[in-house]
Amino acid sequence: MLEQLGIAFLKTLLIFVLTLIGSLPLGLIVYFGKKSRFAPLRWFIEVYISIMRGTPLMLQLMVVYYGPSLIFGLTVSAGWRFGAVITAFVINYAAYFAEIYRAGIESIPVGQYEAAQILGYSRAKTFIRIIMPQMIKRVLPPVTNEVITLVKDTSLASAIGVVEMFTKAKQIAVAPASPGMAALVSAAVFYYIFNYIVAFSMRRIEKSLNYYM
Amino acid sequence: MNVLDMRGVRKSFGAVEVLKGIDLTVNKGEVVSVIGPSGSGKSTLLRCATLLESMDDGELYYMGECAARSENGQSVYSRNVNAFRRYFSLVFQSFNLFPHFTVLKNVIDAPVNVQKRNKEEVRAEAMKLLDKMGLAEKADAYPCQLSGGQQQRASIVRALAMKPEMLFFDEPTSALDPELTGEVLKVIKQLADEKMTMVVVTHEMAFARAVSDRVIFIDGGVIVEQGRPDELFGNAGNERTRRFLSNYNR
Repeated sequence: MLEQLGIAFLKTLLIFVLTLIGSLPLGLIVYFGKKSRFAPLRWFIEVYISIMRGTPLMLQLMVVYYGPSLIFGLTVSAGWRFGAVITAFVINYAAYFAEIYRAGIESIPVGQYEAAQILGYSRAKTFIRIIMPQMIKRVLPPVTNEVITLVKDTSLASAIGVVEMFTKAKQIAVAPASPGMAALVSAAVFYYIFNYIVAFSMRRIEKSLNYYM
Repeated sequence: MNVLDMRGVRKSFGAVEVLKGIDLTVNKGEVVSVIGPSGSGKSTLLRCATLLESMDDGELYYMGECAARSENGQSVYSRNVNAFRRYFSLVFQSFNLFPHFTVLKNVIDAPVNVQKRNKEEVRAEAMKLLDKMGLAEKADAYPCQLSGGQQQRASIVRALAMKPEMLFFDEPTSALDPELTGEVLKVIKQLADEKMTMVVVTHEMAFARAVSDRVIFIDGGVIVEQGRPDELFGNAGNERTRRFLSNYNR
């Protein structure tokens, strides 16, 4: 049983890693879109963030997975299951990260921008050299929150039948003559340990940035 | 030679007219102090001169080059207005050092990455300047490890490292206690002795009197009176100036 869960956990881990790789940078792009001088883009981003935050992730997951066939009548390949999970997770988490980045960036004193302007930094250099490093330090605690939530959200993939750890635990639990409860408890322990490691690592990163205020 | 030339500067924030037509010229090597009550427009004038704020109307020249001209009652800025930033630097009331950079990095980052000067050269110059300001041992410290006075001296070094034609100071000691104020004023005095061209907005009257070649009193968005410090402080011609200065002589 533990071996089966362990293999399924690798799928969980993959969803987690790919979602972060996609959504952490995408969140920054979304933030820039929200700050764009081009109004239609701004409105689009507003609506997108509002929908991502206002509807259940499980429902979004289903829309992304079934959408191509329900809306366009396309036949989707078996591989799309996993693709849909990553797509839905990335666009959902990017919306949250964009808002976290916005909070971090807007908390930086205007004096930092003015000093950069006086010293002749371009807008791009001001952001990359002055603002972003300070933003990263400020957003680490809320980002940690999201990352921990993501570990648990990976279980939503079971809604469209992706066999990650939660799906596997469920399958074992309901199978005849199975260890039942033990499978669910084991999965819980996996999630808990994983999140413990996540929280520990994030705290280490926070500490490594403590050299300045 | 006029390093700075501002003519007929007007600036409003909403319905409030903060600057009502100000002329200010600064010669090479001249030290000008700008005094006046809070809300009189001194800081706004400095912010217009340093391009942090755009003028509604008025002209702005650096080294005889036109950064902004007046057309039909409106300031029209030169298309390459950013190029004028090389002529000046500004020292802020709240220092605005970059907290994630060491003192040395604060000083050399813009010369190296914006002005594209040779890193080793800039570094050597920066160390010399830091040493002169008594900050040589603090080169590798972060701003949060420095006292307010040290931070302000570091920010002065950062401004000087850009090799500007002139320096603006916006109430450079208003965030400091009297002891730290003294050490910062000493440094500015030193620069004045070296004939650095400077405009200093300040509430330190004794300092303005001792260091300036010219003192300008601003109130209500206009220059009420200006002159040599001994004239202005000793025998102000204007009643408003006398009333303002009397608050400091108690």
